[in-house]
Amino acid sequence: MVPAAKLTLGPVLYNWPAEVKRDFYFRIADEAAVDVVYLGEVVCSKRSSFFEPYVPEVSERLARAGKEVVHSTLALIMNEREMEAVRALTAAPDLRVEANDISGAALLAGRPHVIGPFVNVYNEGTLEVLVRGGADRVVLPCELPAGSLEVLGRAAGNAELEIQVFGRLPLALSARCYHARAHDLHKDGCRYVCEEDPDGMALETLEGDGFLAVNGTQTLSHSLCCLLRELEALRDLGIGCFRLWPQSVDMVAVAGIFRGVLDGRDDAAEAEARLGELADIAPFSNGFYHGREGADLVAGGTFSPVG
Amino acid sequence: MSGTPLELVCPAGTPGALRAAVDAGADVVYLGFRDETNARNFPGLNFSRPELRDGLAYAHERGCRIYVAVNTFAAAGNPDPWHRAVDDAAELGADALILADIGLLDYARRRHPETRRHLSVQASASNPTAIAYYHEAFGVQRVVLPRVLTVTEIARLNAQIPVETEVFAFGGMCVMAEGRCVLSAYATGRSPNMNGVCSPASHVRYEQLGGRMVSRLGRFTINQFPDGEPAGYPTLCKGRFVAGGCAGYLFEEPTSLDASTVLPELMAAGVRALKIEGRQRGRAYIAEVVAAFRRAVDAAARGDPVPPLGLGGMTEGLRETTGAYAKTWR
Repeated sequence: MVPAAKLTLGPVLYNWPAEVKRDFYFRIADEAAVDVVYLGEVVCSKRSSFFEPYVPEVSERLARAGKEVVHSTLALIMNEREMEAVRALTAAPDLRVEANDISGAALLAGRPHVIGPFVNVYNEGTLEVLVRGGADRVVLPCELPAGSLEVLGRAAGNAELEIQVFGRLPLALSARCYHARAHDLHKDGCRYVCEEDPDGMALETLEGDGFLAVNGTQTLSHSLCCLLRELEALRDLGIGCFRLWPQSVDMVAVAGIFRGVLDGRDDAAEAEARLGELADIAPFSNGFYHGREGADLVAGGTFSPVG
Repeated sequence: MSGTPLELVCPAGTPGALRAAVDAGADVVYLGFRDETNARNFPGLNFSRPELRDGLAYAHERGCRIYVAVNTFAAAGNPDPWHRAVDDAAELGADALILADIGLLDYARRRHPETRRHLSVQASASNPTAIAYYHEAFGVQRVVLPRVLTVTEIARLNAQIPVETEVFAFGGMCVMAEGRCVLSAYATGRSPNMNGVCSPASHVRYEQLGGRMVSRLGRFTINQFPDGEPAGYPTLCKGRFVAGGCAGYLFEEPTSLDASTVLPELMAAGVRALKIEGRQRGRAYIAEVVAAFRRAVDAAARGDPVPPLGLGGMTEGLRETTGAYAKTWR
């Protein structure tokens, strides 16, 4: 029997004010139909300290609501301070941790942990090595097409596989802060200008088309990945966990829409229309799943490019 | 300060470029097979098995070594091309394999324990714990460092790891952490990690519009050039975009990396080898760049000032940067 599908909420990637984030998670705990919630700063270590004071009360409230709480590590670790943060997180014996760099996976070896989407797992050989090291859930990179997911689904054994089904696609990481650069600042004196853009800073082509979104040192898609119509096929491929990346839209309602389709209550196409009204900050895309440009939206066998 | 010369690791995309690099004083030539198993999978480039055999003979006779890059990520369900690349390189006598994929590192360690394994920049190993993992789990003996670290960070890193480090010295420069960028796939469906290409020519279009040349990648405009201004290649992260009402090079100007001015600092930081980017480059370019770096590396080893390379005409956009090696780049 196929185990019940889990709906997960990825860590907030953007620099939301700490109190906004706390209240967001309180509401998620009380109202959202998600099974797993990931917490922690993944993108920029300069932001890490803001939310840390709230982590105990937020994780306690989420746990009391029956959510599995996972603590996510930074994705790009370049100095001793950042390494120390990963060491501290992985040293706590009771915490469930998502490693977003291979260093985290190395520190977690021998005990159950999650491999995050910023570790490159493209094939069954890599998956087997990481599962041997103790990974019991692996969040796959966003560019994998259905054919790869199928192979990995067969090779995963008892480990769970997770993929993104909603939100901007995390496309790149850098040492350089593009938010600071766009404001004529350096990373060291960045004035935290990334806080101004709760869904990232829009980056358009010279012809005015939406293209990318900048989140400090991270670059994301302008489009919102939406795999509502692919959920059933994904379940058949052996994917058991479905990640929603937080955006500044009503995430409780977003979770409700995905839950309705996962539970077989709602029609996917109709749910997608409702999601489009709710999450209207950018058009949808699903190209990576269909083996095409990530920006593409493949709709019911026909192909329609998004702006 | 004087010391052991940095090992000079030079690119070759053709047998002619290989011979040019060897003749110009390369200590090592690195190359890949003619398929998606390497990160410079460009049409008309790279080596067949017989070409590798001949290249190995040419290099070894002249005291030069050959490293073979198998540094993309094996496709799920179809690992054979990657396994064959590792097997053939090892059996033909390559001096090292340059690998990024954990599954492939595991395969190479099991099947060819005697062949040196280097960690490709595509693995993005930027801290001592990650590097120690690759060393302990797969016997990696050298790490090509991601182009995200400052010289100070490299020095600190070298003091904490049991393996050699190799750093990029010259050529095209990724502004993103290598192996962790799928921008190209978002616009074209073809990515460095899966296909060994970035912003591939197959998806590039130039269009004359009014008084300007528009360059596109897939359906996205990457840049526009007024008539008379040379239209550069639309590499996605070197494009001109609009943010907050301002148009500009949001990620990076079309510059090239040139670390020749920091060679003494890199030596002092404990770096073992210098890598020149450019397997897609022609013979004349390779000969000139390798010869210039031979002089620079030898001067630095004697403790002499590094002479100007005189490579200004060789660089992309005719501008150079020391990139992430200086903290102000960030």
